[in-house]
Amino acid sequence: MATPLDFKELQDLASEILGIEPDQVQLDKSFAKDLAADSLDLVELVAAVEDKYDVELSEEELEKMKVIGDLWKFLEQKTAERLEA
Amino acid sequence: MAITTAYRTRSGAVPLRSFKTKGRHSAIAGVGVYAPEKLITNFDLEKMMDTSDQWITERTGIRTRHIAEPGTTTLELATKAARAALDAAGITANELDMILVGTSSPDGPFPSIACRIQDELDAPGAVAWDMLAACTSFMYGLATADSFIATERADNVLVIGAEVLSRMLDYSNRGTAVIFGDGAGAAVVKPAPDGAGFLSWCLGSDGRGYLQVTAGNKEFGAYAAKDPAPIIEMEGPDVFKFAVDIFIRQANEVCGTAGISMEDIDLWVPHQANFRIIDAAARRIGLPLEKVAINIDEYGNTSSASIPIALEGAIRKGRVKTGDHVLLAGFGSGLTWGASLLKWV
Repeated sequence: MATPLDFKELQDLASEILGIEPDQVQLDKSFAKDLAADSLDLVELVAAVEDKYDVELSEEELEKMKVIGDLWKFLEQKTAERLEA
Repeated sequence: MAITTAYRTRSGAVPLRSFKTKGRHSAIAGVGVYAPEKLITNFDLEKMMDTSDQWITERTGIRTRHIAEPGTTTLELATKAARAALDAAGITANELDMILVGTSSPDGPFPSIACRIQDELDAPGAVAWDMLAACTSFMYGLATADSFIATERADNVLVIGAEVLSRMLDYSNRGTAVIFGDGAGAAVVKPAPDGAGFLSWCLGSDGRGYLQVTAGNKEFGAYAAKDPAPIIEMEGPDVFKFAVDIFIRQANEVCGTAGISMEDIDLWVPHQANFRIIDAAARRIGLPLEKVAINIDEYGNTSSASIPIALEGAIRKGRVKTGDHVLLAGFGSGLTWGASLLKWV
């Protein structure tokens, strides 16, 4: 699974779960304010991200997710850890 | 829209217990329901607490819920559903070998509602008891009925889920009060031909999650703490996550155990806890909503009554035909869960 991340993939996944256009999914977009995602949408998106990228987010990590960039940074960090391993 | 990413079991996920039906097969022979006439709409709730129709609808899919008048007993609702189920199955009460009532809102500690119903129906002699597995109670009841019929210890079993949850709601708090409703559903379970009726089961509990859905004092329990008015409380996001996950895993288990592809499910009757949970799980299971029985918009979450009420609605609308594969699945406080795959007779 230690392959480079493709932002387009995350855009497609988020658009599938949140029911929005992939182009709307940008690093600076807030889940709540820009993408109208409530807490349940976020739980569902994170579950899908966990499945797709074979990662797991703790409750604390979930609470820190405010914008798409937070999720992206988390995935980058996990991927870097795997490449080192 | 179905989700394309493959589902992955989380680390530390509880192991599931699945069973293929053995011995004499059993099936649901008739379903009956009853709900109080009084409907409380989201607009009614707007006047009672800080909430809005939009907030409730978006997060839960609920628009109305049936609420019993103060003083209504769970027994009254249960008895009406029981009579309707006996009529639907075409049997009389004195043919019953067993009466099981699942409820989280009994009228008192004891005697059981099951014994009170037995007296109301005039069916002395049948084994009668209440069982508490919160919203999963009805599924555990069906599983018990199936086991007793399989081992030829009973022929006709009446399984009831009945709740007056409105007694345990705080209408000044928008968190959980908007979700729940009152109602009752009952099913008569009878022997079925080989290869028909209940084909497989997935049943289990995980007490590590006992704090996720509670009523009354969390440390000792409402009775021990002399809590006179226990109120339902829920860890919303945790329950959401658990619920979606367990729905997907149970569907996998009962289909795999029965040797049936999930695409061959004709109707899924899920516990009606929240439309968003049902929708998220259905997309993951790959079931279009046309194959899902949903009535949460009208009833809200009626706990142990939700599956039989949703099943009865589907039968009434002609959505269940002989030979159909029907998936019943529930989850609830405890944590508890239970699912079965049936070949409808």
